[in-house]
Amino acid sequence: MSQNLEKIKSPLDMEPLTIEIHEVEAASRSNTARNDLILMAVFSAVVLASPWVLAPFGAAYPDLLQRFCIFGIFAIGFNIMFGLTGYLSFGHAAFLGIGSYAAVWSFKLLTMNAIPALFFGVVCAGLFSALIGYVCLRRAGIYFSILTLAFAQMSYNLAYSVLTPITNGETGLQLTLGDARMVDAAFGVERTSSLPITNLFGIKMSGYEGFYLCAIILIISFYISIRIFRSPFGMMLRGIKTNQNRMSYTGINTRPYLLAAFVVSGMYAGLAGSLMAVTDPLAGAERMQWTASGEVVLMTILGGAGTLLGPVLGAGVIKYFENIFSSFNKGILHSAFEFLPDGVADFMVTITHPFVGEGWHLTLGVLFMFIVIFLPGGLMEGAQRIGNLFTGGGKSNADSRSGQTQPAE
Amino acid sequence: MDAILLQILNGLDKGAAYALIALGLTLIFGTLGVVNFAHGALFMLGAFCAVTVGKFLSYEVVTLDPSKLTPWGTPAETRTPIVQQWFGDFGAFLVDYSVPFSILFAIPIMLLIGVIMERGLIRYFYKRPHADQILVTFGLAIVVQEIIKAQFGANPIPQAAPVLLAGSADIGAIIGFDPGTVVYPYWRIIYLLFSGLIIGIVFSFLQFTTYGMVVRAGMADRETVGLLGINIQKRFTVVFGLAAVVAGLAGVMYTPILPPDYHMGMDFLVLSFVVVVVGGMGSLPGAVAAGFLLGVLQSFASMNEVKNILPGIDQIIIYLVAVVILLVRPRGLMGRKGVMES
Repeated sequence: MSQNLEKIKSPLDMEPLTIEIHEVEAASRSNTARNDLILMAVFSAVVLASPWVLAPFGAAYPDLLQRFCIFGIFAIGFNIMFGLTGYLSFGHAAFLGIGSYAAVWSFKLLTMNAIPALFFGVVCAGLFSALIGYVCLRRAGIYFSILTLAFAQMSYNLAYSVLTPITNGETGLQLTLGDARMVDAAFGVERTSSLPITNLFGIKMSGYEGFYLCAIILIISFYISIRIFRSPFGMMLRGIKTNQNRMSYTGINTRPYLLAAFVVSGMYAGLAGSLMAVTDPLAGAERMQWTASGEVVLMTILGGAGTLLGPVLGAGVIKYFENIFSSFNKGILHSAFEFLPDGVADFMVTITHPFVGEGWHLTLGVLFMFIVIFLPGGLMEGAQRIGNLFTGGGKSNADSRSGQTQPAE
Repeated sequence: MDAILLQILNGLDKGAAYALIALGLTLIFGTLGVVNFAHGALFMLGAFCAVTVGKFLSYEVVTLDPSKLTPWGTPAETRTPIVQQWFGDFGAFLVDYSVPFSILFAIPIMLLIGVIMERGLIRYFYKRPHADQILVTFGLAIVVQEIIKAQFGANPIPQAAPVLLAGSADIGAIIGFDPGTVVYPYWRIIYLLFSGLIIGIVFSFLQFTTYGMVVRAGMADRETVGLLGINIQKRFTVVFGLAAVVAGLAGVMYTPILPPDYHMGMDFLVLSFVVVVVGGMGSLPGAVAAGFLLGVLQSFASMNEVKNILPGIDQIIIYLVAVVILLVRPRGLMGRKGVMES
C-alpha cells in the first residue's frame, strides 16, 4: 500500500467514515490488488522453498519448519483480533489447546486421516470462542484482557483436574493401541502392533510431508487474512480500533463485528492446535496456560501488530531463536569468541552465557521490552523506517509524526 | 462448625498475600494510571531477598574437634554458622530468625527497585495505551524472572520459620471445640497479623499524614494538585516505591509458607489482578476486602463437601467470581463510579 493512501486512512481524518472508505477502495483497488498478488506470490514462494531458503541458517529440518508454520498460523489469527481491533486477548492459547484435544480425539475415535482432525479442531475452537467471546466482549480494554485471561485459566485448570477423562490430565492425551478408530476400522485399515501414524489419504504426515501440509495451510490462512484486511469487514474492525465511540455514533453496532473477528481468530488458533496434533499426535494442558497466550502476543508484537506479514515474521523469529539460542552452551560460545584475545573471550563468554541455553527467555524478554519501548510497530515498522532512510528523509518525518498509525503492509 | 472455621483460617493467609499484592497494584493504578504486570515479580523479588539473607546467614565454618571421635575414628566435625561464631548467642538468634530479619534488608532494597523501575521505565508509559503498559511490564516480569532463575536455579528454595514459631496452635481447643480439629500453624497467624499491620500502616499513611493527603488528592484530581504548585509526580514515584515494598514484604514473610521459586510471582499476579478487578480498579479498601474474600472462597471451594457437589469448582472459583463481577458490576465491589467504565 502506498504512502499517501496510508495518510488518507489515518485516524485523524476519517470524518465521513463509510463514504471515504469506498472512495479509497475504488481508487486504489487495482493498485492494492496488484500489490497483494505480488505479496502473495512472494510469500508462497518463500514458504514453499523454505527448506532451501533456511538451510544456510541451520533451520531447515522439518520439525522446526512445521513449528514455524503452525505458530505463523496462530499469530496470523491472533493478529486479526489484536492487530485490527486493538482488543488484547490474553487467552488465545485456550483455543489452541481445544483444537489439539479435538484433533487427537478425532484420531482416537474416527480415523488417522488429518482432514477430519483439522475440521473438528477448527469447529470446536470456533464454538468455544463464540461462547467465550460473547461473554468477554461485553467489556473493553483491560477488562477484556482480564476476562479472556480468566477464561483461559479456567480451561487450563479444568483440563488438569476435573476434565481428566477427556484430557487425560497431566499425562496428556495420547494415542493408544486400543483406540476405536471407527472409520478406519470400517474401511478395513489394518491394525499394526505399533502406534499408527497420522496421514493424509495415505501420505504419512511426518517429516517434510507434514511440513508441506502445514505450509499449504499457512499460505491459505495468509490469503484469507489478506482478504479480511482488504474487505469492508476488515475496514470496520480498523474503525473500531481507531475510535469505537464514533463507530457507535454512526449507528453501527460494533459487537457482532468484534465477535466475528474473535471467532475467526479463535478458529485460526484451533487450526494451529490441530495441526500441532497432526504433526505430533498428543495434546497436553500446558498448551493452554496463560504463558502460552503470552507467547503469541510476543510474536505478534515483535513482528508488528496490524500488519500482514508481521505476525508470521515474529513467529518465525521467536521459534528460530528459541531453537538456536537454547541449544548454545559454554563450549559453543568459546568457539564463537575464539578470535578474540583470551581474557576478552572469557569475559564475553561470561557476559553472554546467561542469555543463551536455559536462559534464552531472558533474551526474549529483553528483546520484547526494547521492541515495545522503541519500536511499537514491531519489526515491520523497523523495516519500513530503514526503507525510508534510503528512499528519502522527508517522507519518513511525516510518517513518524503520525506515530501510532498502522505501518503499511 | 469447626470445619468451617478451619477453612476460613486456611483461606485467610492466602487471602492476606492476595490482599497485599492487590493493594500495591491498585495503589499504582490509582496514582499513576499504570497497569503493572510486573507486580508479581516484585513479590517474588521480596521472597528472594529472604532467600539471599538466609544464604548469607547460613555460611558455615567447619571445625574439627579431636576430643570427640566419630564411629569411624576421625575427629568429629562441627559446623557453626559464621554469624554464630562472631556474635555468639545473638548470632544463633539471627540465623534462627533469618526470615523476619530479612525485612530490614527488603525494605530499602524494594524501595530502591521500585523507584528505579518507575523512573527508568514506567514513566515513559503514562501516555501510552494500557495495552502497551501491560506488554512492557509483562516483558519486564519475564526479564526479572529469568535473572532470578539464572542466579538461584529453577527449584524452590525452602526457608525455615523460626524454631519457636514452627509448630501449630490448637485453636479449636482454645475456643471450645474438640482438641485437634482446628489446628493452625503459628507462622500463618504471624503472617495474618503482619499483613494486617502492613495494611494498617499503608492506610494510616494515606489517611493521617499530610503526604498521604496530597497523594489522595492527586489520585482524585491530578491536574488541580499540580496547579497548586505541588510536584505530584515525585510523590507518585514514592508511592510506586511504597507499593513495591508492600509486595516485597508480602513475599519475604510468605517464604516459610511456600518455598519461593522463580515463577511464584506470575502465579500470584494473575490471581491478584482478578482480586483488583473484583475489588474495584483503584479502590484500596476494595482490593483488601476482595483479597481476603477470594482467599476464603477458594478455601471453601476446596472442601470435599463442596467438591462432591460441584467437581472442579476449587480450580475455577476465583475466575468465575471475577467473570460474574465484571459482567454484573464492572466497577467492582467498591470501585468508584466511572472508573474504567466505558
